[in-house]
Amino acid sequence: MTTLLSEATGSESALRRFLSGLPGVDQVGAEGRAATLATRSIKTTAKANALDLAISMVDLTTLEGADTPGKVRALAAKALRPDPTDATCPTAAAVCVYPDLAATARAVVGDRLHVASVAAAFPSGRSSLEVKLREVADATAAGADEIDMVIDRGAFLTGRVQQVFDEIVAVKQACGPAHLKVILETGELATYDNVRRASWLAMLAGADFIKTSTGKVQPAATLPVTMVMLEAVRDFRAATGRQVGVKPAGGIRSAKDAVRHLVVINEVAGPDWLDPDWFRIGASSLLNDLLLQRQKMATGAYSGPDYVSLD
Amino acid sequence: MTGKTFEYAPAPESRAVVDLASSYGLFIGGEFTAGGGSASFKTINPATEEVLAEVTEAGEADVDRAVAAARRAYERVWGPMPGRERAKYLFRIARIVQERSRELAVAESLDNGKPIRESRDGDLPLVAAWFFYYAGWADKLEHAGLGTEPRALGVAGQVIPWNFPLMMLAWKIAPALATGNTVVLKPAETTPLTALLFAEICQQADLPAGVVNIVTGAGPTGQALATHAGVDKVAFTGSTAVGRGIARSLAGTDKRVTLELGGKAANVVFDDAPLDQAVEGIVNGIFFNQGHVCCAGSRLLVQESVADEVLERLKARMTTLRVGDPLDKNTDVGAINSAAQLARIRTLSDTGDAEGAERWSAPCTLPDHGFWFAPTIFTGVTQAHRIAREEIFGPVLSVLTFRTPAEAVAKANNTPYGLSAGVWTEKGSRILWMAEQLRAGVVWANTFNKFDPASPFGGYKESGYGREGGRHGLAGYLR
Repeated sequence: MTTLLSEATGSESALRRFLSGLPGVDQVGAEGRAATLATRSIKTTAKANALDLAISMVDLTTLEGADTPGKVRALAAKALRPDPTDATCPTAAAVCVYPDLAATARAVVGDRLHVASVAAAFPSGRSSLEVKLREVADATAAGADEIDMVIDRGAFLTGRVQQVFDEIVAVKQACGPAHLKVILETGELATYDNVRRASWLAMLAGADFIKTSTGKVQPAATLPVTMVMLEAVRDFRAATGRQVGVKPAGGIRSAKDAVRHLVVINEVAGPDWLDPDWFRIGASSLLNDLLLQRQKMATGAYSGPDYVSLD
Repeated sequence: MTGKTFEYAPAPESRAVVDLASSYGLFIGGEFTAGGGSASFKTINPATEEVLAEVTEAGEADVDRAVAAARRAYERVWGPMPGRERAKYLFRIARIVQERSRELAVAESLDNGKPIRESRDGDLPLVAAWFFYYAGWADKLEHAGLGTEPRALGVAGQVIPWNFPLMMLAWKIAPALATGNTVVLKPAETTPLTALLFAEICQQADLPAGVVNIVTGAGPTGQALATHAGVDKVAFTGSTAVGRGIARSLAGTDKRVTLELGGKAANVVFDDAPLDQAVEGIVNGIFFNQGHVCCAGSRLLVQESVADEVLERLKARMTTLRVGDPLDKNTDVGAINSAAQLARIRTLSDTGDAEGAERWSAPCTLPDHGFWFAPTIFTGVTQAHRIAREEIFGPVLSVLTFRTPAEAVAKANNTPYGLSAGVWTEKGSRILWMAEQLRAGVVWANTFNKFDPASPFGGYKESGYGREGGRHGLAGYLR
């Protein structure tokens, strides 16, 4: 691990050479593979298990200008008890909010759930490093134990990969014990080659998780993008021994979509990633569809939108 | 789930969507008729060895009747009919195929052993596409670049294999009908059912009697059809040995012949290939349809500098292949089509062991009944090994290495066959150079086993002659 790390990150030119030396991604082939995996038919017991796992992986998210303490408290309560009528329903993995509301979320969930906070000039990533680090410190001080930062896409796209690397390293350091999720904003990276390179860049810089999107840019998470990132964490672990998690965010709205992502984890990265510690889904409306499907599995009939809680 | 395993529950496609008769006659002159003799044979489900139906074995007299019916239809109805009218029937058949595609896919998987995912997402859409495509040509033949007044040949005798039963039927019947020929088709003896269901579709489409005739049987029936004096054109897809026999028996006659025979395709992976997709392409190249594919990428030629990495990724990928019940929607690799084919795969694989190649099979539990062979690769294979030269027609991959592009070309071309090849590299100029150098009818770049009705398909050398598909596919049925 140390050899790979020191060789790849010794200098900006070494880093750039390493990233451009990664095997390419053929767009047609990657999308074809993802489409084939999406035809997997997950039924009965497998579906019931998958729905529960998916619920337990949700980072229940609200990232809006109109967010208020009341909204966040409702969301946090929902993350703790997604289905108030069924005690066997698992909790979500975390609540994901802006830094100023992290304390509110923490007050509700206590130590039962993770509190994730976006930080470091979310969603554009356009600010000085100093300001970004200060925001991270704010968020962790407010009780966030997971920080979702976004990379500087401008720097990445102009080839200033060292700058991106250094920022991630600095943010990781500022996180202290908090877990760092690095958002690549794949919709702005545009190619799968870039997604793979940015994934490796983030992992080399110390990311605990790599995350697709802010949710503010379309396209956000797509199945092939998540697949390419899962290939990256698989290969990174094979090369370095360190396991990194993956979080698609934005765009996963139906239970069917979520289950497809679980299938892709299972067959591409392997079952080691089938765990909320290693895979998260950033979503808001998804949770209710998972709950509706879960109720349907239990009762045999679809209920309706009034049988799941609005947050 | 505990977080560490994700077992997919069985997801079987329903068998109830297909209604099979217990026995089938011959489809001659627009009707199912009894054979002249009493001979019949059983067609079985290769995944369970259960008998699916009893099928008539057509004798020479039956073939005679079928050819006569086709001749009558050609002279009285189909030959004189304007192309735009023929097109309507072909469009109608295409639409009925689409409407009945679920039923046909299940029947195909039952009779052939292929996974329902492939028959549903691969075979059936292509079958419909072939009829749609050639329906479009029927009234435009004078613009096909084959002369100003191209004319039909007459009666086509067509013999098809068991690996893609309905798709091969479509490849044969669609261009023949579009160009104004009538046909007598013999499906393979292990997979006659979808051809017989197609006969029902011809009735449903009100296709004039005798335009399509289906005679079932084994080798002797095919021989009787190919050599029948009333047949103007013979189209055969199958093994090189049988194809050679057909060519020999037709030498000196005025029959037109197209042959689509075996292959031993090279799938060439360079060190700058998109590795994850290349591994996917290798898997798709050889394990698609249990390797029962004449254009299968059965020889992997991998650049030595990435050979270890590619093999490691390939083995990891192969352990995720799901082998088993063809009707389960999550199955990737189904049953070997017949006991005879399984025996042949085993025999050739054993020569791989005997000649010193190293065998590795994906860990999987094979069902107790039926015919099964685990996806297998042989490493340490050289050009001198039998498994690098002979077509295995099963899920068995021979892995060879090369050092330079020139060596890759030399090894890829060093085979009596020449049906297809694959090239994996991110370098566009190398793809074009390789495509020029490779002596194969189809060269896939950064993909494998992709088919389209607009694209001609056919071989070099012992892989046969003539092209099927596209504008070129019309030429074989016109004078």
